[in-house]
Amino acid sequence: MISRRDFIRLSLLAGAGAGLGVGTVRAQETAGPRSRWVFLVDTMKCVGCGLCVKACKLENEVPYDLPVTRTWVERYVITGEGQISVDGKGRSVEAGTVFADTPMGARDGYKQNVFHNYTELGSNVVVPPDMIAKSFFVPKLCNQCDKPPCVQVCPVGATFKTADGVVLVDRTWCIGCGYCIMACPYGVRFFHPVYRVAEKCTWCYHRIVKGMKPACVMACPFEARRFGEANKPDDPVAQVVETDRVAVLKPEFGTRPLVYYLGLDENVR
Amino acid sequence: MTGLEAHAAEVHGAAWTIKEMFVYPNEYIYWSIQIVLYPFMTGLVAGAFVLSSLYHVFGRTELKDMARFSLLFSFALLVAAPMPLLFHLLQPQRGVFVFFTPHFTSAIAAFGIVFFTYSAIVASEIWFVSRTFFVHEIERLRNAEGICNRVRYCCYRGMSLGAYDMGPGADQADHKAIKILSGIGIPVACFLHGYAGFIFGSVKANALWMTPLMPVIFIMSAIVSGIALCMLTYIIIMEYRKLRALRNRKPWMPAKDIAGVEIETVKITARYLVGFMVAAISLELLDLVFRGYTAVKSWDILRAVIYERDFIDIFILQYGIGNLLPFIMLLWPRLTVRRAVVALVLVLMGVFMMRWNVVIGGQSFSLTFAGFMHYHMPFMPHNLETYREGFFGLLTILVLPFVLLWLVNKLVPVLSGGEEETSGH
Repeated sequence: MISRRDFIRLSLLAGAGAGLGVGTVRAQETAGPRSRWVFLVDTMKCVGCGLCVKACKLENEVPYDLPVTRTWVERYVITGEGQISVDGKGRSVEAGTVFADTPMGARDGYKQNVFHNYTELGSNVVVPPDMIAKSFFVPKLCNQCDKPPCVQVCPVGATFKTADGVVLVDRTWCIGCGYCIMACPYGVRFFHPVYRVAEKCTWCYHRIVKGMKPACVMACPFEARRFGEANKPDDPVAQVVETDRVAVLKPEFGTRPLVYYLGLDENVR
Repeated sequence: MTGLEAHAAEVHGAAWTIKEMFVYPNEYIYWSIQIVLYPFMTGLVAGAFVLSSLYHVFGRTELKDMARFSLLFSFALLVAAPMPLLFHLLQPQRGVFVFFTPHFTSAIAAFGIVFFTYSAIVASEIWFVSRTFFVHEIERLRNAEGICNRVRYCCYRGMSLGAYDMGPGADQADHKAIKILSGIGIPVACFLHGYAGFIFGSVKANALWMTPLMPVIFIMSAIVSGIALCMLTYIIIMEYRKLRALRNRKPWMPAKDIAGVEIETVKITARYLVGFMVAAISLELLDLVFRGYTAVKSWDILRAVIYERDFIDIFILQYGIGNLLPFIMLLWPRLTVRRAVVALVLVLMGVFMMRWNVVIGGQSFSLTFAGFMHYHMPFMPHNLETYREGFFGLLTILVLPFVLLWLVNKLVPVLSGGEEETSGH
């Protein structure tokens, strides 16, 4: 018959042993240098062609003709003071009025000088070229935040951050509650129309783990999207992030994004 | 992915979302009517329980009739409360994962624990309240014949859990247990619902939801709605019973002996209702004033939503018709049952609109702060999704607690004529 004292002693020993074992396995799991990827968007170089969006949709099985997308390009036009055209009629605007859109995520690029759906003003807004104070395009994608609110709020742990810092969704475990979609301040998440679970940009995780670059980076003809490794000192992208003046989107949310922007304007949302 | 699959697929939310101006491409009203219902239902649960506890814990004997009824109603509502969540999930068959693999950094993950703790408290309390009734029924049905009676006998045998003690000591022990359970139940009920408020209040990406006041606002309006629904259901059932009794009355029985709802009970409960309404509205207005006064970055778009786009929903339907009008109606001297009924319906509508304005209002502006989204609730369903997230999904969930109440009342009657036979708690 085992005494109470012995039982407690043995239990403590067994517990400590198990803990040690788990600790060793953990240590083995995390051993070795991990990639820490970094994404750079140079807004000065983006022309809004939409090739990145096309490439992403095809690469990642996002239904091509449905209005959801893992990555998109926004167009911004900031006016001077004067007359713009609203549904064919002239209308005065103040200097600094901002128009922005991203029809179908800019999948087909920007070919027309029309902003649709500005219902308060009218459905078609045209800013004449001489009224444009400045205009630019801003590509958007998942920021793979270091402190991802989407991972924090997932009730079942179906969305998680990998050891190399990329946020993924387990399609076999997501319950489809949408809490992660609500929690993302950047609006990058949506429900996959076919798999009916939360879906997001993964920086083409299936490619980058094999040493390739994300599809959008490969598709960009102007190097507006660049991809590198933060923990390699000679990596050109890492060097830009380290030495140039870069910014991140919505830093006030404390999410610590890993997508850095060059030439970010204050009007970017 | 084949073209066929993609062709059959639909973007969740696209069927009921209309976008305007600059909205990110993936933004839709993802949380729609079912998520409006979820806090509404848990609110009713919490409110009903608090009402019953006013009698059990604080000894408000004037609420005795209401207390027994609202405890049972709280249980029926509780069983129905997770249904909107289940209806809303895109993978409802995986809903149990929340219980099996909870991820505790998520506010939703604790749902299982909070829900089952509270369920256990309410179920135990109902058991203690009804235990003597079970024993009486077992005695009565012991030698009764007929399949129906045998089934009932077995049910009560099971439900009594083998506790047949009817001595004076046992009765006192029951009383004590009820008091303790009610006492624990109040903070747990408030937590259950405050926690629903936390689910919204902690979403930092949403400018309208993110406020530490959200849980408290939710608790107060929860109690308001719970009391209102209990009063309303109680009045309707009592009046129905009176009508039925009058119709079945033998000619020699005097009609005045058949009592309907006690106006005194209604008046006293209404006083509590008004008190909680004051607290709820004060907190909501504090939130609004604070946002306007501090006017941080999001205020421009919030102001456009609150004062322009959702003006009718917020100031007319919620505050005007849903709060102010019933407030006056309940405080006006010489309250009648009929006036109380109208006021209670309005209160319930007001709380429902509050949930609507929080859930839908919080999604009616874009994360860009430069665009808007409108929710058009699907009416006639053309597929499962438009049923679940549409008007008929709403109706299903609203009817469910009443069906459950009817079922629970079959076994633990507090509404039928036999209620006097239940224990005297």
